[in-house]
Amino acid sequence: MSASTDVPKESFRLSQLIYDTRYRSLTIQVIALALLVGALWWLINNTVQNLETLGKDFDFGFLTQPAGYDINQRLIEYTSQSTHGRAAMVGILNTILVAILGCALATVLGVIAGVLRLSKNWLVNNLMAVYVEGFRNVPLLLWIILIFAVMTESMPQPRDFRGDEPEASMFVNDSVAVTNRGVYIPRIGFENSIGSAGATWRSENPAAIEAGEDGTPPPSSVWDWLIVIGVLGASIYGARWNTRRADAIQEATGERPTTWYINLGIIVVPTLLVMLALGATIAQPYLRGFNFTEGIHLRNSLIALWLALSLYTGAFIAEIVRAGILAVSKGQTEAANALGLRPGRTMSLVILPQALRVIIPPLISQYLNLTKNSSLAIAVGYMDVRSTLGGITINQTGRELEGMLLLGLFYLVLSLVISAVMNVYNNAVKLKER
Amino acid sequence: MKKSVFLGALTVAGLAAGAAAAGTLDDVKARGTLNCGVTTGLVGFAAPDANGEWQGFDVGVCRAVAAAVLGDPSAVEFVPTTGQTRFTALASGEIDLLARNTTWTFSRDVDLKFEFVGINYYDGQGFMVPRELGVSSAKDLDGATVCIQTGTTTELNLADFFRTNNISYEPVPIETNAEAQQQYLAGACDVYTTDASGLAATRATFENPADHAILPEIISKEPLGPLVRHGDNEWGDVARWTLNALIAAEELGVTSANVEELAAGTNNPEINRMLGTEGELGAMLGLDAEWAKRAIMAGGNYGELFETHIGENTPIGLARGLNAQWTEGGLIYAPPFR
Repeated sequence: MSASTDVPKESFRLSQLIYDTRYRSLTIQVIALALLVGALWWLINNTVQNLETLGKDFDFGFLTQPAGYDINQRLIEYTSQSTHGRAAMVGILNTILVAILGCALATVLGVIAGVLRLSKNWLVNNLMAVYVEGFRNVPLLLWIILIFAVMTESMPQPRDFRGDEPEASMFVNDSVAVTNRGVYIPRIGFENSIGSAGATWRSENPAAIEAGEDGTPPPSSVWDWLIVIGVLGASIYGARWNTRRADAIQEATGERPTTWYINLGIIVVPTLLVMLALGATIAQPYLRGFNFTEGIHLRNSLIALWLALSLYTGAFIAEIVRAGILAVSKGQTEAANALGLRPGRTMSLVILPQALRVIIPPLISQYLNLTKNSSLAIAVGYMDVRSTLGGITINQTGRELEGMLLLGLFYLVLSLVISAVMNVYNNAVKLKER
Repeated sequence: MKKSVFLGALTVAGLAAGAAAAGTLDDVKARGTLNCGVTTGLVGFAAPDANGEWQGFDVGVCRAVAAAVLGDPSAVEFVPTTGQTRFTALASGEIDLLARNTTWTFSRDVDLKFEFVGINYYDGQGFMVPRELGVSSAKDLDGATVCIQTGTTTELNLADFFRTNNISYEPVPIETNAEAQQQYLAGACDVYTTDASGLAATRATFENPADHAILPEIISKEPLGPLVRHGDNEWGDVARWTLNALIAAEELGVTSANVEELAAGTNNPEINRMLGTEGELGAMLGLDAEWAKRAIMAGGNYGELFETHIGENTPIGLARGLNAQWTEGGLIYAPPFR
């Protein structure tokens, strides 16, 4: 007797799409996809239709038209005759500048506050708690406006520095002026500048030379700085040779030679030599006309945005750092102590490397937050990309859709780049599993 | 089944959204209020008074249009807009009419797809400085820090003025007039530049207006006027002729005090046509016969609006100048009501 193993062949019924678990998930996914495509189609169609009703087209040609407006803080050459594309570029660089400055300061503040919040000293510990809770729980915009208002309302005007008995005076050997228009600090100029800007600078402003007002300002060009930074980078890379030598000696003898002064020499001496060769001099800001000239002008808008972003994000980073340190088991500290490591070395060699694994991923999101929050620049008139491309350019050309798309694309790309760089770093410090 | 209903509803909503762009007049009538874009606060032109009621010269235009269309000068929803948000607000349909001392320029008219319905103030860009700076001409402003409202024509004029005179300046971009005032008074900028009328209005609110001088240079032409979206000509006509009715009323001697009396009939046929006792002008606009009468009663004719809000007897103290009627040597001129 042969047992038939044939299962009676079922014909496919439509209701199986819902009631049969083999097909149900497929059905749901297909419907969800259809809905998504439908919604997207509706959005795009709606946009196209409305643009048609308004009689507007979709065109990026405005980027090559002259912008017509001036920008106060520019890291690259820009005049009101430059194009809207160039204005967007100036804004992009300003965004990146405040993002980098902000991330750096926020990290420093965050790490210090995070470590100190674990201190056993009641006062230090509670001060840090006040800092963290205060900044975390008040909207960033308020901090930006508060710092800006304090700067503009309570600092002296440039003309208060004038006269025989001025109402205000400069700091640090007459080289730093804190005014209600920003802070003026000395800058480094190069007398033997290799940039082309040098020749024109010297012939300018003969009246100032006659008046003995600090003479002609020494020029500086991008190329000078590229050389200096290049040499500095190479020296830092070179200093790793010394560290590796010290590692080898430590492996062989167990004694680690002191490395810091050799490293310092390797890094500082070539850079100083290059700067001397270029004829580096310090140009101090001085009062002329309505404002201070020379020196670097850190505008109130930049200072307010930078400090507020750093203090605010720093508070979050402090919590992340604290969490990271607490995530390292106490036994690690005790083991390190048992081996005779001093507390500082315990922190830098045992605790932090392990804590970093926990710290880095949430730190990436804080960096991204800070970068995107920098678009709050509008509150204080900092000319970031949101103010140039996303503000004045859109307003003067009426290209809202194009401008906003470009703006969104820029922030997306910048965020992805930051994430990518930080992920590389994360991979370098994360637990090596073999 | 439910999904198809939902999709159907979406499609209907999409079509409705598309169709809503036409017929602003019908929309306003159906809604019962006029959405009017004004400044965030410029005393004399548009600012809320102590009771929270919007008052001002531009506000007067909004109220006149609301009175003409809806019969009620208070049926206005005022939407404060900044220099940067105003055009988006108008283009997107958030507001029906923008009366926000906006300069009529080619690109705004043609490229930004708006329609200026007339000019209610002939202005020009000026500079205000504290007297203690001792500046007597705008050409002395080399190296000065200038407060400037972003997203305005003044921003572009400023760049052009300093470039053509080959002098430098440091722009401080700001969003609203109130912010500019605060920055200027704190001394964070040496100079505030905007339309001369705006400077006078701002100065009038200072504690010591006499300490601040408006420099003699007027560096641009700024014809200010209300505007609507391009393409809705019926609505544009309503706004244009309401403004013209206010201007013509002054020329013809029709005031808020005597309009009731004159509306009973006069022997001036133009007044009769405007006030609806003769002809069908109201019906041609899609309004009733008394539209212009109500517009004039809302806040008075053009001259009355000017005198009440920004004229010489107000703290702002602007002379009529270019804004006098053409019969008085000014540029204010309404086409005939015929």
